[in-house]
Amino acid sequence: MAYSEKVIDHYNNPKNVGTLDKSQTNVGTGLVGAPECGDVMRLQIQVDEITGTITDAKFKTFGCGSAIASSSLATEWLKGKTVDQALTIDNMDIVEELNLPPVKIHCSVLAEDAIKAAINDYRVKNGLPQLETVAVH
Amino acid sequence: MNLPIYLDNNATTPMDPRVLEAMLPYFTNKFGNAASRSHAFGWEAEDAVDTAREQIAKLINADPKEIIFTSGATESDNLAIKGIFEMYASKGNHIITAVTEHKAVLDACKHIEHLGGQVTYLPVKNDGLIDLEQLENAITPQTILVAIMYGNNEVGVVQPIKEISQIAHKHGVLFFTDATQAVGKIPVDVIADGIDLLAFTGHKIYGPKGVGVLYVRRKNPRVKVTAQMDGGGHERGMRSGTLNVPGIVGLGKACEICMNEMAAEAERLSQMRNRLENALLQLEEAYVNGNREHRLPHTTNISFKYVEGEGLMMGFNKNIAVSSGSACTSASLEPSYVLKALGLGDDLAHSSIRFGLGRFTTDDQIDFAIEAVTQSVNKLREMSPLWEMYKDGIDLDSIEWAHH
Repeated sequence: MAYSEKVIDHYNNPKNVGTLDKSQTNVGTGLVGAPECGDVMRLQIQVDEITGTITDAKFKTFGCGSAIASSSLATEWLKGKTVDQALTIDNMDIVEELNLPPVKIHCSVLAEDAIKAAINDYRVKNGLPQLETVAVH
Repeated sequence: MNLPIYLDNNATTPMDPRVLEAMLPYFTNKFGNAASRSHAFGWEAEDAVDTAREQIAKLINADPKEIIFTSGATESDNLAIKGIFEMYASKGNHIITAVTEHKAVLDACKHIEHLGGQVTYLPVKNDGLIDLEQLENAITPQTILVAIMYGNNEVGVVQPIKEISQIAHKHGVLFFTDATQAVGKIPVDVIADGIDLLAFTGHKIYGPKGVGVLYVRRKNPRVKVTAQMDGGGHERGMRSGTLNVPGIVGLGKACEICMNEMAAEAERLSQMRNRLENALLQLEEAYVNGNREHRLPHTTNISFKYVEGEGLMMGFNKNIAVSSGSACTSASLEPSYVLKALGLGDDLAHSSIRFGLGRFTTDDQIDFAIEAVTQSVNKLREMSPLWEMYKDGIDLDSIEWAHH
């Protein structure tokens, strides 16, 4: 199966690979997937506590090229958004942007899960209630 | 160096130019039907087929009359298993095979179960070899066939064929081996190995696709299989259909070349394979899958822990063709059943790459592959959360993963 150019570009030049200090209260960490399934994504956001804006986002991903591209794209989209805006990112937006084929849709789902998990972690750390909408795939 | 480099010779091999040259006249001028007994066109085709039968028989130490032409190893596997099940129905209905067999064998066995037959699927040890005691214990008075492959396509492990056939014969059971990966690569001798039926195909030995062989023993004992296709009764009634003369000529030529060059070639390939393997094992947390002593000379299967196989291949698949035990492209997300049967966790199975060297592999290509794969593994580990956790001393088993 051939990958789309956008997937190849993210794979070759991944954006925002790295690690934020997860002990900070303004950092939210989402770790989703499982090694047995062949995909693990860790996505982190750093939030400006006054404006609620995501000032930085980092990822590390164990998975195929589409999983790496989905998380790389997610970090790009997250930066500059408010936490509430970030919640509107839908996995199908990622599918569309990266031209993912049907067998790779789960990669985009995982990226959406990772975003929600990171936001949830941030909310819990800051005394906010957990989101109810986090789907477990 | 020309790119991309082909290191997936267990999937298929390029055709040797000498094979193509031998085949060409049989597409055009020498087009006769080998079954046409009444004219020179038919005689010419029949002669060519007879020569090929001899070349093929010689490679596996068989009699030319014991060679049945088919469309490939999948058909040969099906004909052997289903044909024996039908032919020996009055004797019993039990077949013994192993979990690491090719799908053509496993699915043919599943079919036998649907027909009311009994099948035992032997497990393998962590090195990929079957346990001979387990094999013997599985034999019942109803057992009619033991079907164990010669060399495994994914990990290259070579089973103790002689010992297996001795156990089968001690109990009056026939022995069939899918030798698709072994014939032409290592010495295969149907007499010394005690093989009653054997399957292989042209395209794994630098011959054409679409032509294969089922060896069926004619003496001590005389073995017969029930045809699975009705028609003109070709191939001693076991496989009807006009013979694929160009394909058969090519397969014969491919066998002749293997016969002449196999010993030197196996030596050359195992040296290159070992060099590749040893260089890649310099990487931390890299493991060879399967027995390293009893295996094909041209194959190695390595797991690079904490990187995912398909993602890894993407790093170099523009330049190097290999395959992975990861199945990220399949809807099931299930990694290789062969690697799992060897006791690998799903994580290691997802991290595996199979390298299959071949006749046209060069030292330069191996150097290139070592460099490219090493770089890719390092790059992906920098990107891998699992690698970071491992480096931080976190036990990955202690984490509660959200399974799909």
